[in-house]
Amino acid sequence: MPETLLEIADLHVHYDTVRGKSRAVDGVNLTVYRGEILGISGESGCGKSTLAAAVLRLVKPPGYIGGGVVRLHPRDGTSIDLLSAEESDVRRVRWRRLSYVPQGSMNSLNPVMRIEDQFTDAITAHSNFSKRDARRMVPELLRQVGLGAHVARMYPHELSGGMKQRVCIAIAIALKPDLVIADEPTTALDVNVQRLIIQTLADLRDQMGMTLIIVTHDMAVHAELCDRVAVMYAGDIVEVGDVRQIFKEPRHPYTRALIHSIPKVGGVRTRLGGIGGNAPSPLAWPQGCRFHPRCSQVMARCFADTPRLLPLDTTANGSGPSPIVACHLYPEQDGSRVTTALTPVPQ
Amino acid sequence: MNQPKEIALRDVTQTFRGGALSAIGGELVAVDRVSFTLSSDPSRITSLVGESGSGKSTIARIILGLQRPTGGTVTYNGKDIFCLEGRDYDTYRRDVQPVFQDPYGIFNPFYRVDRIFWRPIEKFGLATGKARGLRLIEESFEAVDLRPADVLGRYPHQLSGGQRQRVMLARVHMLRPAFIIADEPVSMLDAAIRVMFLNVQLDFREKYGMTTLFITHDLSTAYYLGGETMVISQGRIVERGRAEDVITRPAHPYTQQLIASVPEPDPDARWTDRIEVSEQTAEVKSASRDRCLFAERCPHVKERCWKTRPAMMDVRTGHVAACYLYGAASHEESRDAAVTH
Repeated sequence: MPETLLEIADLHVHYDTVRGKSRAVDGVNLTVYRGEILGISGESGCGKSTLAAAVLRLVKPPGYIGGGVVRLHPRDGTSIDLLSAEESDVRRVRWRRLSYVPQGSMNSLNPVMRIEDQFTDAITAHSNFSKRDARRMVPELLRQVGLGAHVARMYPHELSGGMKQRVCIAIAIALKPDLVIADEPTTALDVNVQRLIIQTLADLRDQMGMTLIIVTHDMAVHAELCDRVAVMYAGDIVEVGDVRQIFKEPRHPYTRALIHSIPKVGGVRTRLGGIGGNAPSPLAWPQGCRFHPRCSQVMARCFADTPRLLPLDTTANGSGPSPIVACHLYPEQDGSRVTTALTPVPQ
Repeated sequence: MNQPKEIALRDVTQTFRGGALSAIGGELVAVDRVSFTLSSDPSRITSLVGESGSGKSTIARIILGLQRPTGGTVTYNGKDIFCLEGRDYDTYRRDVQPVFQDPYGIFNPFYRVDRIFWRPIEKFGLATGKARGLRLIEESFEAVDLRPADVLGRYPHQLSGGQRQRVMLARVHMLRPAFIIADEPVSMLDAAIRVMFLNVQLDFREKYGMTTLFITHDLSTAYYLGGETMVISQGRIVERGRAEDVITRPAHPYTQQLIASVPEPDPDARWTDRIEVSEQTAEVKSASRDRCLFAERCPHVKERCWKTRPAMMDVRTGHVAACYLYGAASHEESRDAAVTH
């Protein structure tokens, strides 16, 4: 049975705007297992970055947590609900137990500080290490992301984009956290560099045993790197499954349309479908299933009934872990109301 | 159709100079003797593929007349586009239409989006009277899968990125230009919207015979569009041919490396090998550009690659690469060496 590292239950994150309340994350349930690389995918505005920030309780005003539980179970056996805990307790966990590589972080390195000072800043702020000890850790951390020790003495402008991104990853792993959340870590990088970053992230798990959450809209990155993928649409997760299942046998009509919208390099060229209509607004998600206005398989009940995210029983054909889907196309879900998405999925 | 229209670039070179470039010798060659022709007959989509900083956007700016190159010429139907006057200038302005990466940047935030339709209707006399003009606009919206009611009367900030980009396509549809110069038009769009955008682009070629220069960093987009693909690196076009040939049978070692690094959206086709961590710090430019600029990273590098810039060599029919592997000399042998990777 896989060991649960992070549980997200009924998480809501709202933004107060002049045009009303924006429900960016609206009732998300998700479990992350120790040692896995979990991908969170979805289109822009679906709430995936907000979800990542909320897990670290880093949502900034006008955003706020509207409710829910985010429970972390670190190595030392002390579970903590990151949403209800005191800020001082959260600070103790942040960076040491879970860390974050925010979107565009490579452009947020301080341009007038040497790389090693940016490390020591992060390390001393989140631990009891002295500045001198922290400085001693830098060469090894750089090595772990494939950079030479001389980089420590350099300034950000002397580094290429890919090197800066690897510095940010090295800073994130400085205190050997259990969980690293990386938001769009490969976006805006050239393909060679992107490949290097994917390799670096895979090494964090394969060589250091860390658990990763990779947030990206780029499905090819999920295919390349992740073990499981959670697909978000309109503030909620519509499907979670093994990466192979998501790409080969997507169950939710949205996931299917998404997978069938990706052009491939090589092979037979067929006209791809895309998804008609426009992404809904978080100020007023559609009633019922939020995908129903764009769904090709919409049924009467989709207009009013919100489908719950429930495991699909695939024991009949016996192979692979059970996908979790929120869609009325799978009526067998209805009998299992007691099950929630928090039930561990056998792997 | 009368006389085919033609945009021709001959040895176009763009050099930037300035104090900020002192670290690389005070001079940056963004575009280095680039020549190609876009013709309206037969209409086709030509993709210009390159990484960031390769000079691809500079080429778009030059073709649109936004930037005067430091060397070479750009002609439209034989006339230099930087010397056009009167009618010729108007024809060029109408026949060559841009679609940019971030459509937000080109809308004036103080005007409703309708204005970018009404202005050309007036300027080019596309329709007489309000009712006909409106019908023209609505037709164009339908062609790009937009409901007029969702867009008309709104301000740019009230539209989503996908809507804004489709508004630009609707405008292109209304103007029916001979040429579309599209600079990374889909890189800010989500997968599903992206496909719709590309499909519209394919329809435009088929239905209205529009020729597109499609600038992108994304090889899968270039492959999907088909037509011709040109690969640009460090300001030079290094390979050119049918999309199928260039992307599935790349000839230039640079293109081969580029394509090998594109992640496939298939968990069963993961990379099995690792790539070397190259520690190139901020771009080091050698003084001499009279050589193959890929020489230091090329697994097939030979003595002559350092000495003179390779010209375009034939790889196969309609497929050329700027690489000595394809010189008349050891033709067959070197081809095999290059294709197996």
